[in-house]
Amino acid sequence: MTQLTGGPGIAGPGPAAPAGGTPPGSRVRGSSFRRKEENRTGLALISPTVIIVVAAVVLPIIWAIALAFQRVRLINIRGTGFIGEYTLANFANVLTSPGFLGALFTTLIYSVVGTALAIGIGLIAALALRKPFPGRGLIRASLLLPYVAPVVAATFVWSTMLNPQFGVVNWFGTMVLGWEDPVAFLSDRALPVSIFGWQVELPIALITVILFEGWRSFPFAFLFLTARLQAVPEVLDEAARIDGATPSQRFRHILLPQLLPTIAVLTVLRFIWTFNNFDDIYLLTGGGAGTEVVSVRVFDYLTARGDIGAAAAQALLLAVILAMLVGVYLKLFGREEEQA
Amino acid sequence: MTTSTLETPRSESSSARGFNRDHFENALLKVLRPLVIALLFLAAVFPFYYMVLLSFRSLESLLQNPGSLWISVDEFDPSTYLDVLAPVSDGGQGFATFMRNSLVVALGTVVLSLLVAIPGAYAVSRLAFLGRRQVSGLFLAVYFFPSILLAVPLFVFFTQVGLRGSLVGLLIVYVSQVVAVSIYTLRNYFATVPVSLEEAAAIDGCSRLQIMRRISLPLAMPAIISNGLFIFMIAWNEFLFALLFLVERRDSWTVSLGLSQLSGSIEVPTTVLMAGSVILTLPIILLFFASERLLVGGLTAGAEKG
Repeated sequence: MTQLTGGPGIAGPGPAAPAGGTPPGSRVRGSSFRRKEENRTGLALISPTVIIVVAAVVLPIIWAIALAFQRVRLINIRGTGFIGEYTLANFANVLTSPGFLGALFTTLIYSVVGTALAIGIGLIAALALRKPFPGRGLIRASLLLPYVAPVVAATFVWSTMLNPQFGVVNWFGTMVLGWEDPVAFLSDRALPVSIFGWQVELPIALITVILFEGWRSFPFAFLFLTARLQAVPEVLDEAARIDGATPSQRFRHILLPQLLPTIAVLTVLRFIWTFNNFDDIYLLTGGGAGTEVVSVRVFDYLTARGDIGAAAAQALLLAVILAMLVGVYLKLFGREEEQA
Repeated sequence: MTTSTLETPRSESSSARGFNRDHFENALLKVLRPLVIALLFLAAVFPFYYMVLLSFRSLESLLQNPGSLWISVDEFDPSTYLDVLAPVSDGGQGFATFMRNSLVVALGTVVLSLLVAIPGAYAVSRLAFLGRRQVSGLFLAVYFFPSILLAVPLFVFFTQVGLRGSLVGLLIVYVSQVVAVSIYTLRNYFATVPVSLEEAAAIDGCSRLQIMRRISLPLAMPAIISNGLFIFMIAWNEFLFALLFLVERRDSWTVSLGLSQLSGSIEVPTTVLMAGSVILTLPIILLFFASERLLVGGLTAGAEKG
């Protein structure tokens, strides 16, 4: 009823409809006083934020770049500032030291597989929970728990569950699945396993931290994909069903094209965050057993070794490589991005 | 109803092979779907169940029977909570102090961030000022920045100034990390408030600040609350900066930091620390379930950094 009565008013040439769409600045083109006032108020309102961000983010980053080109150690930290001897020695040291390229490689594997896993599980979860059933709301909310829970608590429970002495996973493995020995999931670099007679060395600690990443981040993908699925018009699915398309065909040809832009955005977001991730690996393995990623290495250089210059150089390389990877990705798939 | 009536004639007329495949896939999904849901639910919830379970057991009973997923009445042992909460001077782990610290930092971050972000978001969404677009771009860039790169200079600076170990320093860093995201999400809500409402108020003689306070703020309240909850969760869960700045002073540890530091030592029993994990997790989960509707919107609008 209300829509009917409101209809003619909006459809008619009333001034309200166009006014809502135009930005406030252009409405008062005549009065330069109001525009000046608006400019002043805007700047006044935004300036606290800008000051905080510049002081606590922008300046430190510029300083980090300066530090990367200086030989600074924790011991002589008092005297350091912007002025000092600039040198490329840090980068030379970092790039020639044995661990860095390995850590970079681990970071790449960790973030690529972790991202794929998180989005894959999130997609399966979103599809499985698409049709309503009693209790769906509660299950949906529960699936978000790994994502909202504090990372320290989550890693602590995981490492207790995986503990070789009293963890429930190893108890289950040895008692029910018949493992010969308990597996040290978080401190074994390689686990010899025979698959169909083949002797394979599984990088078990790396696999575990990747699984943790998938477990912790899939709710994020699940949330986004669920929201996108709800926006897919029901008619499309219905029409395909009437035409005799099987569920897998409907997914392949109807749903997937609709979801792809969202998946592309999720890929970028998850990849960036996983690539930069420090907490999970530091808390699970401390970077040991073949799981050292660049950010954990930076932390080690910063605190344990006190080599601030090298730490800054590695962090900078991490950021630059990430920016390049994301840039290449956007260049390749940029068009899909814009649709999302 | 409609699907079943539409499907009957089709399945009769379609070729046998297509019919079989469709039938097969539907049957498979019928079995697979509940299985997948159960599995996902178990994977998501079991670790938290395990956490609560262990927190009520003693270490001896855990070592004797690591596979037990149920707790009998005589095993039930809530003393872990007393142990973990009691101050260090009384032989406890001092989690009560950690909770106070976390609460101070998290609430402080929420209040300060919102105080700064609400006017900022209003300006970005409503007012045409010089450099508006650049500012938005800057905030977005902050959001995606590797925090480990930021950690290096901040660590150096805090060491130089002697602010390491102070909660205030941590608070400032949190605000700077959160405020950009906060503006980004709030901005979208301010944009949904009809301009005509504000114009009406302006015609009635309201000043810009009065308009903000009386019109835009109340209308954007749901968004502001969800944003506040979201900031609280980020600050409560944060680990890296707490580790860098507070690690040397035990009395200013947050709950996250305290748990991570104590879990490395052998002296504290795992079950006692499980009680600590429950204490760390419970406020977040309670907040989450109490405000799930609001929060889910906040999570998708400005996803957590991490």
